[in-house]
Amino acid sequence: MTNSEKNRLKDKAFQVFGIFCTFIGLVVLAIFLIDIIIEGVGRIDWDFLTSLPSRRAGRAGILTAWAGTIWILVLSALIAFPLGIAAGIYLEEYAKKTKLSNFLEINIANLAGVPSIIYGLLGLELFVRMMNLGGILLAGALTLSLLILPIVIVTTREAIKAVPRTIRDGSFALGASKWQTVWNQVLPASIGGILTGVILALSRAVGEAAPLIVIGALAYVPFVPSSPMDEFTVLPIQIFNWTSRPQAAFLTNAAAAIIILLLITFLLNGIAVYLRHRQQKKIKW
Amino acid sequence: MRVQEKIIEGLLWLSAAITILITVSIIWVLLSESIKFFSEVSIVRFLTEKEWTPLFAEKKFGIMPLVAGTFLTTAIAIAVALPIGLTIAIYLNEYAHARFKTFIKPLLEVLATIPTVVYGFFALTVVTPFLQSFIPGLAGFNALSAGIVMGIMIIPMISSLSEDAISAVPRSLREAAYGMGSTRLQTAFGVMVPASSSGILVSIILAISRAVGETMIVAIAAGQQPRLTLNPLVPIETITTYIVQVSMGDVPHGSLEYRTIFAAGMTLFVFTFLLNNLSFWIKKKYQEKYD
Repeated sequence: MTNSEKNRLKDKAFQVFGIFCTFIGLVVLAIFLIDIIIEGVGRIDWDFLTSLPSRRAGRAGILTAWAGTIWILVLSALIAFPLGIAAGIYLEEYAKKTKLSNFLEINIANLAGVPSIIYGLLGLELFVRMMNLGGILLAGALTLSLLILPIVIVTTREAIKAVPRTIRDGSFALGASKWQTVWNQVLPASIGGILTGVILALSRAVGEAAPLIVIGALAYVPFVPSSPMDEFTVLPIQIFNWTSRPQAAFLTNAAAAIIILLLITFLLNGIAVYLRHRQQKKIKW
Repeated sequence: MRVQEKIIEGLLWLSAAITILITVSIIWVLLSESIKFFSEVSIVRFLTEKEWTPLFAEKKFGIMPLVAGTFLTTAIAIAVALPIGLTIAIYLNEYAHARFKTFIKPLLEVLATIPTVVYGFFALTVVTPFLQSFIPGLAGFNALSAGIVMGIMIIPMISSLSEDAISAVPRSLREAAYGMGSTRLQTAFGVMVPASSSGILVSIILAISRAVGETMIVAIAAGQQPRLTLNPLVPIETITTYIVQVSMGDVPHGSLEYRTIFAAGMTLFVFTFLLNNLSFWIKKKYQEKYD
């Protein structure tokens, strides 16, 4: 075999290895999803979705867990959405290239890299202890809002950046003020991208268990929360709790709850992908 | 009008400034509780004792077993994610068709959107029993399956960041390599990877930082036994798992046990802060090479 043939063989071998690597993760994911569906799908029925938690696996349901997850989702969106977009607008449209804005940028990048459990410790001291809220929905939503805020800011900035300079110049030329330009031109043009980012951030919040465990969300809550001041649990905590028990029946429950959690996560991601797709089709600068 | 504009700008500025407040609060919360902790337990004991048993009658406060557990699961995760993620990045850049690339990238991203508690369930109920079928000494809770599953989770992180770095290398370099008669493989490893090494390094560092802070996978599958070991087959405990463990128990607020989670959190924060800033620094220093 000549050197050139050897090299070509190596090249082919790497190509095969590349295809293998590309699919190995997806294959493992598929095996896992099939395993979960086989184990859990038989457990999902109306009673499972509408029953309170119970010490007996056969009677336990996820009503309080998914209700808590929806609460957390809505509250976190209400807090992080306006705050993150406002910060994004400031950094992209208003901030001058000073040391301060540079520092703000590095700081946000740093916050995005802080582990979620550290946000839990922050929430525990700030909201649960100092503001004396206790382990309630509002404290959980505030904690998760801080966690997703950097993601919302970064995606808002990217969406705003994609709006061409000419749109702003046109608006200014017609006599619009800075804020009128932002509000009437830049925001409507970038709202699709911003929403995509916000929804992706929320899908991250839905899957978080660690920070909520740290602020003291309970695994066993025998009622559906009716206000932000109520105690709560969420699906990931319920799954964690059931997974930690030795009885096989609880593992089945966990698998069933995972199916519901994944449905919510995939639904949110699907909406985000759809919005992005529509945005790309609708607007051609 | 003028005034209104100024007020709006002020409000927007305030929203941006809140992010600084968050950082300050994180550091303040961790520091203030840690300082109280270190006034009772000396920092020398914290760093040199070989056991971590703050919840037992005979208390030992050596953080090293938790650090070792964190290091072990992280190392296993990177050992899984780095070869696979980097190969994917090279394959998509040098071999794959553009259409295959646009199809496969969002699919790989799905791996990163799965909640980590779900990965934990997977590690405990599927991966560990599977590994036990041919590794007889493997305990029910172990660093190995937690680390492997964590590695699968961070594959898309390494692959997409490395791919961005490789595709930022100018076309002319690749074409020069082909012009010299290189195969795609020789081009990839002889030219493209070295030329984008800083970007690849950044992706690895960010992946390490992510693995160090990962909580639910290790809390479910790696055990709750702080142990100063590098043996991947036995139960261990990571820094993050310890914080979860204490949070779930009934530790009274203000007690020494309560403060241990802030000292542990501080240790974790220092690690991730250093890693993240190292990656920013590398990015800033080396990435403008081809502009």
